[in-house]
Amino acid sequence: MAEQKINRVSLTEKDYEGAPSTMCRGCGHDAISASVMRAFYDSSVDPRKVIKLSGIGCSSKTPAYFLSQSFGFNAVHGRMSAVATGANVANHTLIPIGVSGDGDTAAIGLGNFCHMMRRNVNITYIVENNGVYGLTKGQFSATADKGSVMKGGKINEMPALDLAELAIVLGATYVARSFSGDRKQLAPLIEGALAHKGSAILDVISPCVTFNNHEGSTKSLKYVKEHLDPIHDVDFIPSYENIEADYKPGTDHMVTMHDGSRILLHKLHEDYDPTNRMQAMQMIHASVAEGKFLTGLIYYDPNRPDFAAELGLGDTPLAELGQDILQPPPEALERINADLMK
Amino acid sequence: METPLINDLSISIATENGTGSASANNILFKAIFKMGIPCSSKNMFPSNIQGLPTWYQIRASADGYMARKDVIDCIVMFNDVTAAKDIHRVRDGGIIIYDDSTPLSPTLKRDGVTFFGVPANKLIQKIVPASPLRIKQRNMVYVGALAALFGIDMETIKSVLQDTFGRKPAVIESNFVCIEAGYKHFKEKGYTQNIAMLQPIPNGNKGKIITEGNTACALGAIYGGATVVAWYPITPSSSLAEAIEHYMPRLRKSNGNAPYAIVQAEDEIAAVSMIVGAGWAGARAMTSTSGPGLSLMNEAIGLAYFAEIPCVFYIIQRGGPSTGLPTRTQQADIQLMYYSSHGDTKHIILIPHDMKSCFDLSRKSFDFADRFQTPVFVMMDLDLGMNLWSSDPLELKKEPFDRGKLLSAADLEQWEKQGKKFRRYFDQDGDGIPYRTIPGNPNRKASYFARGSGHDADAKYSEDEKDYKETLDRLRKKFETSRKFVPKPIVEQQDGVKTGVICFGSSYEPVREARDRLKAAGLKTNHLLLRALPLTEETRKFVAAHDVVYLVEQNRDGQMASIFKDEWPDLATKIVSVLVYDGLPVTTLEVVRQIRRHHDGETQEETQWQNKKLIASV
Repeated sequence: MAEQKINRVSLTEKDYEGAPSTMCRGCGHDAISASVMRAFYDSSVDPRKVIKLSGIGCSSKTPAYFLSQSFGFNAVHGRMSAVATGANVANHTLIPIGVSGDGDTAAIGLGNFCHMMRRNVNITYIVENNGVYGLTKGQFSATADKGSVMKGGKINEMPALDLAELAIVLGATYVARSFSGDRKQLAPLIEGALAHKGSAILDVISPCVTFNNHEGSTKSLKYVKEHLDPIHDVDFIPSYENIEADYKPGTDHMVTMHDGSRILLHKLHEDYDPTNRMQAMQMIHASVAEGKFLTGLIYYDPNRPDFAAELGLGDTPLAELGQDILQPPPEALERINADLMK
Repeated sequence: METPLINDLSISIATENGTGSASANNILFKAIFKMGIPCSSKNMFPSNIQGLPTWYQIRASADGYMARKDVIDCIVMFNDVTAAKDIHRVRDGGIIIYDDSTPLSPTLKRDGVTFFGVPANKLIQKIVPASPLRIKQRNMVYVGALAALFGIDMETIKSVLQDTFGRKPAVIESNFVCIEAGYKHFKEKGYTQNIAMLQPIPNGNKGKIITEGNTACALGAIYGGATVVAWYPITPSSSLAEAIEHYMPRLRKSNGNAPYAIVQAEDEIAAVSMIVGAGWAGARAMTSTSGPGLSLMNEAIGLAYFAEIPCVFYIIQRGGPSTGLPTRTQQADIQLMYYSSHGDTKHIILIPHDMKSCFDLSRKSFDFADRFQTPVFVMMDLDLGMNLWSSDPLELKKEPFDRGKLLSAADLEQWEKQGKKFRRYFDQDGDGIPYRTIPGNPNRKASYFARGSGHDADAKYSEDEKDYKETLDRLRKKFETSRKFVPKPIVEQQDGVKTGVICFGSSYEPVREARDRLKAAGLKTNHLLLRALPLTEETRKFVAAHDVVYLVEQNRDGQMASIFKDEWPDLATKIVSVLVYDGLPVTTLEVVRQIRRHHDGETQEETQWQNKKLIASV
């Protein structure tokens, strides 16, 4: 029998699997789950150090389908970002991954999503974006493109909410867009997000094969594939890998992360620096104007501290502090009593 | 001619909010407290920053009654807008103090009361240098006038100013001259009265503290080990979270790091979601809010109930429905708490009634949440939470935190050796409470998937009818188990007495005094102070042992009575609701009146009796 392949924490790919998926056959979400497992395995993250969070919707079911050794929390509709904020504050030493959909994130949970990014809560937040409410059988979502046609023929008249643009404006520090079918790009982007301390938002277009895959839909598999506009090819080089990156000056761009890992961006079309906020916004607007789906690492801010750092949390997670630290001495209460006697 | 009573006085001060009256009132109240006289204060303030009417009522009671007094002996009429009504708030034979810098409007006349003028506006123009803040000093003048009239000496006032503004001698001086001006004016005019005099009681308030319930709760939360506090500003609960913000860094220190996180959320939905996330991840997490916030939190409370996540909610009740009266007091969210969220839900509620129980129950609420892995409510109201109460000092009972059935990695290893399997939602012990692990537990068998959707005993997604019903039934069993653990009521019972009174929260003080008054008038009552939901056997026994039980609560619909009647339909006919819901702190007279009316069954008698008591009480 051939020796089983293991990663740096001596785990096999199987150790990153979850329960069997209950998504429709061919659903983009399953492809994303596969990229998630790939990213965790390749990054050699111990699943016991990971927490998986989600809201409600098809996408929010998927954390059950990967990393079964991790704790998971399938919360209520739209509130994953706030639940994750609380969990992160309670134990900031864990690695949170949140999976949400466009209904969960861009509609009912938009407010909480905005404030999570405003706080720069450490999380890898994947939006499995298909422009449609799948679980309730086919209503337009807030990310449906203007002019996109519903299965029954209804045309969406509202402009789409661009989650990547929103994320940049609101303070997220790692913003990427990708396509569920592009594991070569998506997996390294997830790896980068996992290595990043702060709100990492991945807007992943993930066609709904059941309710939004027809002629006239701008989130159908065919339409998306035809309109993909990758800024660059992406390679992730973990901190422990001391290899010389295949770096071509002038055409490649290297992003070094806090933990020493690197993201190597092989530029496809123009000179692009993802730490340039203005350029990122321009790029998004230009591609929307052309009706294209811009993919890649769109924005990266290496400097902003995450929420746990802003709160001044120490090495021991709040959840693990004992009574000796948490309960002040009785003498302190006596002093307060004395003050209240005045 | 009345002979002045000693240390039995009620004063109401009518001002505009935002004019510095809070500061003046505080000084007056603390001066009376410092004299050693039992006293209480009630702040009836508007939902506004500046310019709306506000009243502050102080009661000095030699007998130690702390309830708001229904009869006002003296009113300070410093708000022209409410003056026409204020002149009628004072009792016959009472006193009205007003600013006579300009003559009193001829429409503001009333017989049977004494008017004393003090030219506060003119005085401050003389003694306070011109500045936009000058108007704020005006209210200090009535402090001096009242001191002169009722016998508070200026040394006491000075020492309160020192306690209050210790490090700012200029502030002490600028306030003192205004108070002194009012004092001197009254003395020079020779104003006197025969209603009541305040006399120092040596060591009278020795060892007593003055605080608000929100502060006591905040301290309880810190001593109870709260580490994650997520909240959204809303009156009257904000001061609880703000007291935590104030005390936490002073009390809990750890090498420059913060052993806590206080997060002002973007809304109440975020606040509750954060504490549910934090509770799931193992922190002792809490929020504070009031009615509108609780309405918004309902969905996530159901999540915490169903996924069995500990978290604590401090609900400081105010007037509802909707925005209602944000700055007035009520107990009208009892059922919203008890049955929070959709589906079959019931929750544990702890009910403090004084400063010490605010501290104790607040501290213990985290143990209850951990023990029962569920949302726990600390039921407060504005009167208890925001008014100043004198109290014995807060006391810390030294006992270990109860983290409940929480399994560490080592515990799980032990379990494995014993051949036991960790099943997150399995009723291992037959008490409905399952075992719990928290994220970060390194044992490979520790993890589980929490969810608000249907699940089986192994935390797997399930729509199976048997799994669903089993979960619901076990949750009910868990709730039943909690009956044996929640704080028992405090019962005062004499054999042979067939009338009972039950109350809870801020109704305790008026009920205590009402029972004394009823007893003096020939109606003896037993008493039960309710301290928690679910109801316990002691309460059932109490109700069963009496012919009639008056249940006093501050809402229109008898929300607590409904819970009693639902729980014990066989005892339903014994319960008579005493309902006070005008938004003001309950007065003794109102409790007496309603009990009397039911007991005597005749209106005329009641009126006569009420009149008699009105006179007796002054």
